[in-house]
Amino acid sequence: MEAFGLLLHGFAVLLTWKTLVLMMVGLVLGIFVGVLPGLGGPNGVAILLPLTFTMDPTSAIVMLSCIYWGALFGGAITSILFNIPGEAWSVATTFDGYPMAQQGRAAEALTAAFTSSFIGSLVAVLLITFLAPMISSFALKFGPPEFFAVYLLTFCSFVGLGREAKHKTVISMSLGLLLAGIGMDTVSGNLRMTFGSPELLRGINFLVAVIGLFGISEILLTMEERLALRGHAAGISLRVVLGVWKDLPKYWVTLLRSSFIGCWLGITPGGAIAASFMGYNLAKRFAKESESFGKGRIEGVFAPETAAHASGTSALLPMLALGIPGSGTAAILLGGLMVWGLNPGPLLFVEHKDFVWGLIASMYLGNVVGLVLVLTTVPIFASILRVPFAAVAPMIVVSCAIGAYAIQNAMFDIWLMLGFGIVGYVFKKIGIPLAPFTLALVLGNRAEDAFRLSMIGSGGNLGVFWSNGLVGSITTLAFLLLFWPVIDGLLARVGVTHRTRTTSH
Amino acid sequence: MKAAMALAAALCGTPAFAGWEPSKPVEIVVAAGAGGASDQMARMMQAAIQKNNLMKPPMVVSLKGGASGAEALMYMKSSEGDPNKVLIAYSLIYMLPLSAKIPFNWRELTPVSVVALDQFVLWDNSAGPKTVKDFVAAAKAAGSPFKMGGTGSKREDHVLTVFLEQKTGAKFSYLPYKSGGEAATQLVGNHTEANVNNPSENLEVWRAGQVRPLCVFDKERISYTGKVTDTQSWADIPTCKEEGVDVQYLMLRAMFLPGKVTAEQQAFYVDLFHKVTQTAEYRDYMEKQALKPIFLTGKDMVQFLEEDDALNKSLMTEAGFVAK
Repeated sequence: MEAFGLLLHGFAVLLTWKTLVLMMVGLVLGIFVGVLPGLGGPNGVAILLPLTFTMDPTSAIVMLSCIYWGALFGGAITSILFNIPGEAWSVATTFDGYPMAQQGRAAEALTAAFTSSFIGSLVAVLLITFLAPMISSFALKFGPPEFFAVYLLTFCSFVGLGREAKHKTVISMSLGLLLAGIGMDTVSGNLRMTFGSPELLRGINFLVAVIGLFGISEILLTMEERLALRGHAAGISLRVVLGVWKDLPKYWVTLLRSSFIGCWLGITPGGAIAASFMGYNLAKRFAKESESFGKGRIEGVFAPETAAHASGTSALLPMLALGIPGSGTAAILLGGLMVWGLNPGPLLFVEHKDFVWGLIASMYLGNVVGLVLVLTTVPIFASILRVPFAAVAPMIVVSCAIGAYAIQNAMFDIWLMLGFGIVGYVFKKIGIPLAPFTLALVLGNRAEDAFRLSMIGSGGNLGVFWSNGLVGSITTLAFLLLFWPVIDGLLARVGVTHRTRTTSH
Repeated sequence: MKAAMALAAALCGTPAFAGWEPSKPVEIVVAAGAGGASDQMARMMQAAIQKNNLMKPPMVVSLKGGASGAEALMYMKSSEGDPNKVLIAYSLIYMLPLSAKIPFNWRELTPVSVVALDQFVLWDNSAGPKTVKDFVAAAKAAGSPFKMGGTGSKREDHVLTVFLEQKTGAKFSYLPYKSGGEAATQLVGNHTEANVNNPSENLEVWRAGQVRPLCVFDKERISYTGKVTDTQSWADIPTCKEEGVDVQYLMLRAMFLPGKVTAEQQAFYVDLFHKVTQTAEYRDYMEKQALKPIFLTGKDMVQFLEEDDALNKSLMTEAGFVAK
């Protein structure tokens, strides 16, 4: 049990007053950004990232990951009380959570949401604890073709498994890839698409893009819709909490299934959003009286929340061990790691044990502390929504601008952020998903470099992507996922739902 | 290269100025990715300055490795008159303007001091050929060209690879990675056959027994004789010339302030980095990472830079890397 010893070491690193205080600060900030529509986990982390530049990496990542946990918890609050998903992955929580609140069972729904969030991430953390060392030794097997195959898998799974229209996902992704090409090209050493501008030399910083695309555009939308925030009073008493906990064992199948879906989608980067929908849909499909879903059924809260949290947490594993982010927030944390001088990748687990195990230990502690904190502070956070939007909006815009500026100390980035805000607004209006765009912006360069390095190495032979079992199976899986809707349709037509298929290549 | 001159300069020392002192945190701007040689050196300086109380405000390391380091150069260029930013420069200040036509000229910055010269070593995987001769023979015999990992394109690693090809007649596929750390990991994972990393970039994997140094690209062996691995010291690595491949290259590590700072501000940093080179942290670091100690400032430094610039320009031209 090497992992266990290392974990204890992690706790030892963590249990200092300074770290614990940072953890609490992170959680409170996280719940705050989770509750506010327009700010979310990725934005919260992105905006607060520069504040941590001067901290030591362990403290910084503990605080940022706690913001992340807090946001995961907080997203559920607005979904249930106001039918406003504070986070994209909380959309599925509104389906049954809001009806429950309307029936006066808000406290019950909130407790269910928080508890299942906790269970989801606990399962994922256990997975990380015992799987991470294995994955890091496995990671040395990754050369350019393997890395490209993984990026391909990510892109393909977004297209194949995404809920949005395929062509819109592809449009969004292509635009992201195009913008990712701006700046210095590592492989040829030449500048591309900079049009002689020294500002474009750096390329488009994806944090700047994310702040604009999500934060600013949400403000624009809310302004247009004159969002009236009318909520239901929510108080939580110990009796209700215990009542929900007593019923938990009845739903173990749902909880387990959602945890599994979440972990899977978190590690093979599909994201918390996909996981929450999939968790909800499967719970509905396998339930006995499925028509009662959507009318205030507690299982409808358990399923998406467990999956979203399991996925959000396990997404950190590929980020740490392979340097590949499994979610938007993980991508921003990845940027943070590099800023603090840590190279995420195979050797991180070997060279920075304190950091890695401190982080993993913080996942355990952060979740326990977060659960208690969130249960006790619900009434306070709910009152945020009574502050007039006119007062909150300028504060959000200012914090976004500071965040965008601080990343590279460049005024140009603030204009860029505003530009992306408008792009995000237009995208939301015409229904183009933003996630593939950001994904392409983050991974575009790496995918391109990996592809071209593979081509240099193999002398231009595409067969390199099937040259060994590892890269071959990832590439094949990528194509399977890309064409999954077609394959699924064909299978359904033949009337085959379950069959073990062997793929040859 | 200029060791004698450096020594002379170091002995003369510089008078302490009571004039200007920074009042805000000072940024060390690193023109490379996290964990690379520049980053490690910047962190050593940060530690040396803070532990020895050489300066009141804190020093922060700011990584600006975007656009293969061009981000840092443009950042310094646009920070004219700001005495709270110090660039830790290396040969990219000559090469980037040539290869990528970056609108940058090191003469626009304020030179502070040259603080070290960095070596380049030819490394292969510890499972690969044991000597340069075997390595070259294996590379020539291989069906497809050996893969040589390095940092960036049309830069020092790439230049060395081209000259290695010219001198040995073997062919290499050069794979440009984003950092020396990445090039090291890829060599360990057997995805490349060799790299020409700086000692500091491969130190940890060498100690772990995963890579083997074949030869050092200098006219003399590295002087440090302390054991690095169980059996070897830096001084045990033969020069490439001894092994019959006459390729030499040393890279400067120098500090620059932005342009248009005052003479007092420049003097403060000359003094500060001179003090840094006297610390135990600096000496340990030089030995551990096999750097050549040097301290040049003022006229000596400018003369060195001009000569070094001319040398790099001729190498880049010969390698065919100068953009038309």
